[in-house]
Amino acid sequence: MNTLLRHKGWTWGFRSTVLLYFVLLVVLPLLGVYYHSFSLGWSAFAESVKDPIAWKSVLLTLKLALVATMINVLIGTMIGWVIVRYRFPGRSLLNSLVDLPFALPTAVGGLMILLLLGPGSLIGGAAEALGFEIVFHQPAIVIAMVFVTFPFVIRAVQPLLEEIDPSEEEAARTLGASGTKIFFQVVLPSMLPGMLSGGMLAFSRALAEFGAVVLVAGNIPGRTLIASVFIYGEVESDNTAGAAAVSILLLTLSFVILWVVNFVQTKGKRA
Amino acid sequence: MKKLWITLTYLVFFLLLIAPLGKMVMGAFEGGLGGLGDALARPEALHALMMTGLIVVTVTVLNTLLGMMMAIYLVRGSWMSGGLRRFLNSIVDLPYAVSPVIGGLMIVLLLGPGSAVGAFFEDIGFKIVYAFPGMVIATLFVTFPLMVREVMPVLQEIGAQQEEAASTLGAYGWTTFWKVTWPSIRWAVIYGIVLTVARSLGEFGAVLVVSGNIINRTQTATTLVYQDVENFNVISANSVALVLAAFSVSLLLLMEWAKKRREVR
Amino acid sequence: MHVEVRGLNKHFGDFHAVKDVHFGIEKGHLIGLLGPSGGGKTSILRMLAGLETPDSGEIRFHGELVNALPPQERGIGFVFQNYALFKHMTVFDNIAFGLKVKKTPKSQIKDRVMELVELTGLAGFEKRYPQQLSGGQRQRVAFARALAPEPQLLLLDEPFAAIDAKIRQELRSWLRELIERVGITSIFVTHDQDEAIEVADEIMIINQGRLEQKGTPWDIYKEPKTPFVATFIGESTVVENARELKGFEEAAGGSGTRALIRPEYIEVGGPDEFRVLSATEEGIVRHLHFRGSEWMVEVEVGSHKLMTYRSLEKDTLQPGQPVRVLVHRAYLFNDERSWIEENRLKVDPMPVII
Repeated sequence: MNTLLRHKGWTWGFRSTVLLYFVLLVVLPLLGVYYHSFSLGWSAFAESVKDPIAWKSVLLTLKLALVATMINVLIGTMIGWVIVRYRFPGRSLLNSLVDLPFALPTAVGGLMILLLLGPGSLIGGAAEALGFEIVFHQPAIVIAMVFVTFPFVIRAVQPLLEEIDPSEEEAARTLGASGTKIFFQVVLPSMLPGMLSGGMLAFSRALAEFGAVVLVAGNIPGRTLIASVFIYGEVESDNTAGAAAVSILLLTLSFVILWVVNFVQTKGKRA
Repeated sequence: MKKLWITLTYLVFFLLLIAPLGKMVMGAFEGGLGGLGDALARPEALHALMMTGLIVVTVTVLNTLLGMMMAIYLVRGSWMSGGLRRFLNSIVDLPYAVSPVIGGLMIVLLLGPGSAVGAFFEDIGFKIVYAFPGMVIATLFVTFPLMVREVMPVLQEIGAQQEEAASTLGAYGWTTFWKVTWPSIRWAVIYGIVLTVARSLGEFGAVLVVSGNIINRTQTATTLVYQDVENFNVISANSVALVLAAFSVSLLLLMEWAKKRREVR
Repeated sequence: MHVEVRGLNKHFGDFHAVKDVHFGIEKGHLIGLLGPSGGGKTSILRMLAGLETPDSGEIRFHGELVNALPPQERGIGFVFQNYALFKHMTVFDNIAFGLKVKKTPKSQIKDRVMELVELTGLAGFEKRYPQQLSGGQRQRVAFARALAPEPQLLLLDEPFAAIDAKIRQELRSWLRELIERVGITSIFVTHDQDEAIEVADEIMIINQGRLEQKGTPWDIYKEPKTPFVATFIGESTVVENARELKGFEEAAGGSGTRALIRPEYIEVGGPDEFRVLSATEEGIVRHLHFRGSEWMVEVEVGSHKLMTYRSLEKDTLQPGQPVRVLVHRAYLFNDERSWIEENRLKVDPMPVII
């Protein structure tokens, strides 16, 4: 057995299998989408994107993802802070619960939100009585996005908070800085890289989200139809060119974000 | 101040996570245990759960083995030039950035009946898209980075010296891997497996696009939930979702346990 | 084992880490590879082990070319700088690893491991894990592990770098004795000249990828072949223009010759302490440092400062005191060559024959 494995052919076989797998699985499909949407020429691509339903869905996705990200940065930073800094009953339970949205299937997440806020539910009914609707409207999409991307900011901020040297804050206090001043001048700057990279990841995930959103959004073109749901609809109606065109808009955006996050993280590590 | 922040944190957790989960559990039991049982005993529900199970097993096995090898090559592969390694390393994450629906679309474009490859396989009687292979490929794509990203940092941290020491003592690749490398990375691999299982269990968008969601043929648990909701069959949707959620929560607990074990090491 | 290296070269990217290195090592010798950090010592060691592939050059063990052999087949033992012990294995399993890999019978493994455990003074620690051991004990385990498969060549990369100064001293002599007893050809890398001088039979000085000199510690100290070796070994002061030194005016030749002077080449004292006063120069004591067993004297002669030692038995000097300074010899070097020169005036110009 050993002599077999020592043989050069085996090593090469292993190496090429793994690399080939990687290229076929990840690289080739991505190139395929770009190829497909430009294969009919630039004008066909422009045509697909110019469709108002298409570009409106992309814009709406951007807008709602941005709102969801801002909410997440705020509550994520707060929760990260509370979990790291305070000791209170249930703390470790909450810490484990943070990952729940990652573990739950997104369709299940969407269903949960639908049930809680839907027209038949207590909250949904109350909101309706007050004259505004949640489910099948934009707020529901934002909630779904917040739910799905909930862990990102918390998990990015936590390690940074744990790393802060307590003597830094103590030094600030001996220099006469007040609590708020310490927070804004010592603690917040250390958390900022985490808030940024966590926020970026959350944004990129919110842009891409499908499962949770498709169940709670009404998917009305121009109003509650987000890009990924639009793409799904185009695939279902066999318009793969249109789907591919919007896909590459979304993909390119996500790649840029991913690249920026990597850049920020490597820079942060060097500093 | 402190009290206020803690209360707010509890409030967010309650509103965003606990209340929806509780509502769903309650919803599943609305028709009593019998209703839950009936919903799960439907042939399409059983078939969907079986499909999900098959996909999870296939995907986890493939991505665990190949993801682990990929991680080893990316960290230790001195046979690749540094530039190539950096390039591959930067594209491992791409599936994270791709919307699952787009992931599904890519596979339809590449392997669907309209494409050359798809047509070829169709001719020899092997359907990829709208069939099990396509669904597996879609899930493989989505879950590929998980194992690689769990194992890589551990390999970097332990360094190559123990492996080099083993080689100077006469151990070849295979022995070195089992006796020296594996004991150090096994908790990371277990964690990666849990993540891969969780993600492939819950994959929805990519599978929905690739499978065509054909009842009793290519329907998975998540796409069944979707279809039940679309058909306003809320109790059935809840029942299947409950099974999925129960799995996910146990995986989460397993994850916590694996994390603790890994920290101890 | 007899080791022969010819024309060894290694690049890391644009960095030329090892430049055309030649050497031969006799069987049973203990060799120290000495030089500043980043000078290529470890790369040479790793190439000998087969952990790194040379770009060009030949490595021969017992006259046989081993370039193509993987580390597993070279019959070497390697002790890593941080020991690289298998941290999930006990001391026993660590030491037994190389034997198990070779499928040695169980009873033999046990005997051999116990023998090494005794030899390295680790008896009673066999069941411990590496993280339960002190730095010195880990070092011994690493050593025993490398010796277990009875290698013909032992390679040690900075074996004492990670150990407290106090225990280091003790381990050095222990290692030296042990290697002598086992009788194995050994090469160790160090950046610490005391360590190299104390432990090695022969030293190879490596700087910027080149082998500067190879020889016994005494040879290298006495006759450094390059300015780098002269400055690297022992303490010294460099005088920019050697002609300014009394007794070296002619020897220095033209300008551009520099002189390197070790403290022990210089004598200071009152005029009555010298036999040939004409060979001395006038100087002024600038600083005195008590060194425990002697004085270190910083003396100013003309425009240069020289360092020397003075015995506690002699009259104690004072800062500012005028003294006579005799430079017995100097290591002279210019762009073309370098050589050792004795003070020409030291020989009595008018010997009195009794």
